[in-house]
Amino acid sequence: MIVQRIASGNTLPVLAVVGLIIALWYLMAIVLNAPWAYDQAGRQDTTLGFGELVAATWSQDRPRLPAPHQVTAELWKTTIEVAPTSRRSLFHHAWITLSATLLGFAMGTVLGILLAVAIVHNRAMDASVMPWIIASQTIPILAIAPMIIVVLASLGLTGLLPKAVISMYLSFFPVVVGMVKGLRSPDRILLDQLHTWNASEVETFLKLRWPAALPYLFASLKVAVAASLVGAIIGELPTGAVAGLGARMLSGSYYGQTVQIWSALVMASILAASLVALVGLAERVTGRLMGVRP
Amino acid sequence: MNTLVVGALTFWFVAWWFNIRLSKLPQNRFLAFLQPLLFGVTLLVLWEFLVRGFAISPVLLPAPSAIGARFASSLPILWTDFVQTFVKGALTGYVIGCGSAILVAVAVDRLPFLRRGLLPVGSFVSALPIIGMAPIMVMWFGFDWQSKAAVVVLMCFFPMLVNSVQGLLATDHLQHDLMRTYAASYWQTLFKLRLPAAAPFLFNGLKICTTLALIGAIVAEFFGSPTAGMGFRISTEVGRLQLDMVWAEITVAALVGSAFYGLVALAERMVTFWHPSQRR
Repeated sequence: MIVQRIASGNTLPVLAVVGLIIALWYLMAIVLNAPWAYDQAGRQDTTLGFGELVAATWSQDRPRLPAPHQVTAELWKTTIEVAPTSRRSLFHHAWITLSATLLGFAMGTVLGILLAVAIVHNRAMDASVMPWIIASQTIPILAIAPMIIVVLASLGLTGLLPKAVISMYLSFFPVVVGMVKGLRSPDRILLDQLHTWNASEVETFLKLRWPAALPYLFASLKVAVAASLVGAIIGELPTGAVAGLGARMLSGSYYGQTVQIWSALVMASILAASLVALVGLAERVTGRLMGVRP
Repeated sequence: MNTLVVGALTFWFVAWWFNIRLSKLPQNRFLAFLQPLLFGVTLLVLWEFLVRGFAISPVLLPAPSAIGARFASSLPILWTDFVQTFVKGALTGYVIGCGSAILVAVAVDRLPFLRRGLLPVGSFVSALPIIGMAPIMVMWFGFDWQSKAAVVVLMCFFPMLVNSVQGLLATDHLQHDLMRTYAASYWQTLFKLRLPAAAPFLFNGLKICTTLALIGAIVAEFFGSPTAGMGFRISTEVGRLQLDMVWAEITVAALVGSAFYGLVALAERMVTFWHPSQRR
């Protein structure tokens, strides 16, 4: 039974692809780090056999591409072996990024839902604002993140909020688009039904439009939460590499600490995956509470 | 309250009232164009008047007129930055990234086992903050546009791959059987049936990647760049508190981003004219 499920499902193919990626990673590590290894060997007047070359490329201090086990070791060292409150702990930096992400995500979601409600209920909003919301996303907001940070800092706003503003800007858009679609998803016939029951605009919203829009909302939230993490990371770059995952990447790139950059990247990926998974979980719980049958 | 602020608010109310009146008229294409235009103009006027009315320092927020003047007076710089960032960095990366993703998708499509694994992994990677690879790419490929193109390739590859793989699945058995009765070869089926059927998915990916490409190229310049480029200009001019130049650069980015997206959308309309979403 279980064997059958594994064989027919996506587990095996996914594992195969992940294995392939890791194998490719190790291979690339050999190729990219080989020049430095040869250079070192040349200085010591020794020649490298293939086995020695592989060993040398997978254990450099500042490799061009660290091997997966080096990144894992660095992750272990900076998360488990130091106290979470220490500035050297990756948990400390991840939490700083996560708090900005969550604040921005919450603000973006609220803003997005409010805009969507206004757009659905007001024709002037729909006609005049909607095109600009779409146009707003062609401005690469990440590119002007430094300016937002600097301007807000000169207004006395530093720390969490400026980063959250960037996250908000990135996350409100998918929510608006998804919610407008969702709030408009009830059929004409259902709206007419509520009309015959003399339901007010508010009642129609609460009893029909909102429940109908929830699946769309959760689909958008998954996109939005990933986008808002990217926003928080980029928002940390111009603050001068103080704290957060983005700062770890920047300081790593200043000092050539590739292993540090990669471990920050892996941490960011774990965060992104868990956030998306959490939204997925919330979706299933909400669905069950509302009586969705699988 | 000074006169400029009052003027701004008055203009806002008049424009708002006018827009509401417009939205009650029967809609046509002219109105669909006029209403957002009116909204945009209102925003600009509000911005200009409020910046002047409250005497906001140009270090915080320059007025649109100042930005416009700066834009007009520094066209050569803006042009070099545009060429460096968009033409060399973003466009090269976009073509390589999207092109290789389509090729990989076609190759993977012949191995259903790999395809089943690649779809979940690809959509997972699309959600990751790939832009964080920028410092590594700058280390590998140097400060010039090659590293920016590499970031763009990485950012575009996975969203495009997922869309292409899904697109290649968009044909059904009936259509395949028909091609078989015509004795069509694999390549004939690919070019005459499956790629055209995949076009809506491909264009979806291509449109997503237009914004990603511009963002990737600009953000990668924050990690090191030659003395030209939109990201370089933005970060240095922020440091020098020349915000009007920053806004001029943002204007260029917005125009380029919209134009790029618009061109791809136009191409989509021409190629996938048969698709329900393109019908009017």
